[in-house]
Amino acid sequence: MKYLDEYRSPAILQGQLRAIRELDTSAVLMEVCGTHTMVISRSGLRPLLTPEVDLVSGPGCPVCVTSERDMGRALALASIEDVILATFGDMVRVPGPQGTLLEASSRGAAVKVVYSPLDAVALARENPDRRVVFLGVGFETTAPTVAAAVLRAREEGLGNFFVLSLHKLIPPALKALVHMEDFSIDGFLLPGHVSVVLGTEAYRFLPREHGIPCVISGFEPADILRAVYLLLRMKAEGKPEVANEYSRAVRPEGNRRARETMCRVFREADAEWRGLGLIPGSGLALREEFADLDAGSWEVEVPEVRERSGCRCGDVLCGRIRPTECPLFARSCTPDSPFGPCMVSSEGTCASYYLYEEEGR
Amino acid sequence: MCLAIPAEVVELQENETALVEIGGVRKVVSLMLLDGVKVGDYVLVHAGFAMEKVDREEAERTLAILEEAAEYGPLYE
Ligand code: SF4
Repeated sequence: MKYLDEYRSPAILQGQLRAIRELDTSAVLMEVCGTHTMVISRSGLRPLLTPEVDLVSGPGCPVCVTSERDMGRALALASIEDVILATFGDMVRVPGPQGTLLEASSRGAAVKVVYSPLDAVALARENPDRRVVFLGVGFETTAPTVAAAVLRAREEGLGNFFVLSLHKLIPPALKALVHMEDFSIDGFLLPGHVSVVLGTEAYRFLPREHGIPCVISGFEPADILRAVYLLLRMKAEGKPEVANEYSRAVRPEGNRRARETMCRVFREADAEWRGLGLIPGSGLALREEFADLDAGSWEVEVPEVRERSGCRCGDVLCGRIRPTECPLFARSCTPDSPFGPCMVSSEGTCASYYLYEEEGR
Repeated sequence: MCLAIPAEVVELQENETALVEIGGVRKVVSLMLLDGVKVGDYVLVHAGFAMEKVDREEAERTLAILEEAAEYGPLYE
């Protein structure tokens, strides 16, 4: 396939590994993005790199970082009689305080999995006597698509399309991470998808204020190895920067139109992250002019949230532990029967380890 | 259809949409978030939207960089 197979030749991968070994530098690097985690696990990169380089996973799986309280709100909305709750596939299996959305649907709640937020708009059009709530999760890549759906619904004059915005922003999360007391990461592999929208500027504070090298990486194993090489080189030379390995898709200025669409519909708001807690300005809420579409303002009873005993997802998402260090991993928590969200999504760190890594099995 | 895999634009359609093809599968995507898309472009698709065009020159350049390291021959003899 064009722009894909070319990056997959074994000679290219071996060349990248050789370059990394020749640098002879050790580091702990965090891949922020869940898709990177999955590619690293699936292609078996971790054992090829150690002991020089330790790759730990970060908070870049939108399903995983959704808080228990927010899941509780989504479940409460789904149980309203005339509501159809539409969302992306992985969300329906995330355990919340009252079970999962899938379980709610087996008890009679109308839960629909959609591929695109525009499909949720179509649902509203086709069901004029129901209220369709789109459960919006995702980072800067997804938020513009939900914003576009909101604008489309407005344009069509649909009065029955609503959004519960649980969107989150990556740069504030990175800021929160580097300010954690036990933070000890030498470099970030930055998410390629998010950067398609954001561009390169949004990350400058990391090298400038914190001396942390960053590389925006594509999603082929060769891209990831190249990004690792660049991070190690910057560390060895003591010249931290934001480098863009994924320049075939990420423009320095990002996608302005996507950002403008996102900003027309949403404003920054505080958001609660699983593992990271409440981070100021790290979420997106609907702007005043779209307040009538905001399902987040509906009065629903959200049950008291208790910590789920044993689940270490919070520590996994901050790179503090590997999934295999969680006592529930592969025992009472598996992809077929996930106890925590990190085992649900295909981008979840625990699921990636379980499915693809030697120690996981 | 995931963002990481480039889809070829086959046809521009009305209502700011395009028909794209990816590994033999065809699908209609929205162009609401991307300017200046032409037939023959490769685009990255996410949640039913074209999010960015693949820059051919940059793609070739990255490949050249990756291949440079490969020229030293295999790592394990
Ligand atoms: S193994 Fe399961 S319970 Fe443990 S951290 Fe991962 S998802 Fe949470």
